[in-house]
Amino acid sequence: MKKICNISFILSAVMIFQIYPAFGRSEAFKDNIYELGELKPTDSVVKVKIGDPAPDFTLPSVSGEKVSLSDFKEKKNVVLSFVPAAWTPVCSDQWPGYHLAKSIFEENEAVLLGITTDNVPTLFAWTNQMGNLWFPVLSDFWRHGATADKYGVLRSDGMSERALFAIDKKGIIQYIEVSDINARPKLESLAAALEKMKTPLTPSK
Amino acid sequence: MRNVLKFFIVIYAVACLSPAFANLLPEGGAMPEISLSVPQLPEHRTYLGLPEQGMFSLPQIKAEVLIIEIFSMYCPHCQREAPSVNSLHQKIENDKVLKSKVKMIGIGVGNSDFEVNFFRKTYHVLFPLFSDADFSIHKKIGEVRTPYFICIKINKDQTHSIFYSKLGPIQNADDFLNLISQQLQLK
Repeated sequence: MKKICNISFILSAVMIFQIYPAFGRSEAFKDNIYELGELKPTDSVVKVKIGDPAPDFTLPSVSGEKVSLSDFKEKKNVVLSFVPAAWTPVCSDQWPGYHLAKSIFEENEAVLLGITTDNVPTLFAWTNQMGNLWFPVLSDFWRHGATADKYGVLRSDGMSERALFAIDKKGIIQYIEVSDINARPKLESLAAALEKMKTPLTPSK
Repeated sequence: MRNVLKFFIVIYAVACLSPAFANLLPEGGAMPEISLSVPQLPEHRTYLGLPEQGMFSLPQIKAEVLIIEIFSMYCPHCQREAPSVNSLHQKIENDKVLKSKVKMIGIGVGNSDFEVNFFRKTYHVLFPLFSDADFSIHKKIGEVRTPYFICIKINKDQTHSIFYSKLGPIQNADDFLNLISQQLQLK
């Protein structure tokens, strides 16, 4: 009987892992992606709104230095990209896309800060598979998810939501997009938001 | 308890027939029915020999061999391989015989039109790229990983068969073009 139960369990597990679609299927990650299955689309309540000052934070980055949001005040627009977890399907696609889209950020005077609640060694190994990312990747591991929680995107399982915040040079939140955790946000929405935030050129006299 | 086991075996068997399990692109087989919008750029319509608007299926492309790259702008390998894929396209275009017989397209799985266009502009891709934003094509072809290359031989009666179907980059462009030439009975 135990044997039958085991066989049933194995068959079920194989089905769950193989039927689930389609993200994170780049050959770059081969068989190293952990399938989470379909998750509750969102599992937190955003604590900030457009027009609010963005809560400051200081987090360790994969490259070793600490990065604070306030480092960029009066210098750059900032995009925070919270993704739920390293080595999972959608997240493993999203940042390589932003790596390719560097020009969209540069043209709009923006920096990108990638954030997850994973620890630095995990983020180091994971982002190495993506190539040499041009943007800092920050660990919100300890106190666990404290920065995600400040923005209201910490889920009850300790992961963050899949969320984008665009913050202008004055430190004011101008764009919020909390996506279904199971799907990748479209690049065009973020690109349009950044375009709006670009400093207008001074008309020539 | 044996009934429980039977239940799971039946479910497993059904699941094995689903697109996620099956190899839907076997060499010697045919492509699933795929319908795409005629490209907006006139040079792409001319390249593929298509009318000005509407939908088309792959065997309607005016070619004897069609190379299909399944890619995503979010896939690091697809990004790294883009220059090599471009140079393969250029080699075909520079070959007087192959140029009229062999065409290439790319299908960006899970990519919006904006994302496909961004990839095209970033890498200066000259052959037509199509968007599969809702993964509907990706599901039809068995949710293959990317990059994935498929070559089909298109017959005069618009029947076709797959003669190359592989995951990962094309390792050697010359060997690959030799394979195509064999299909065209040029060698």
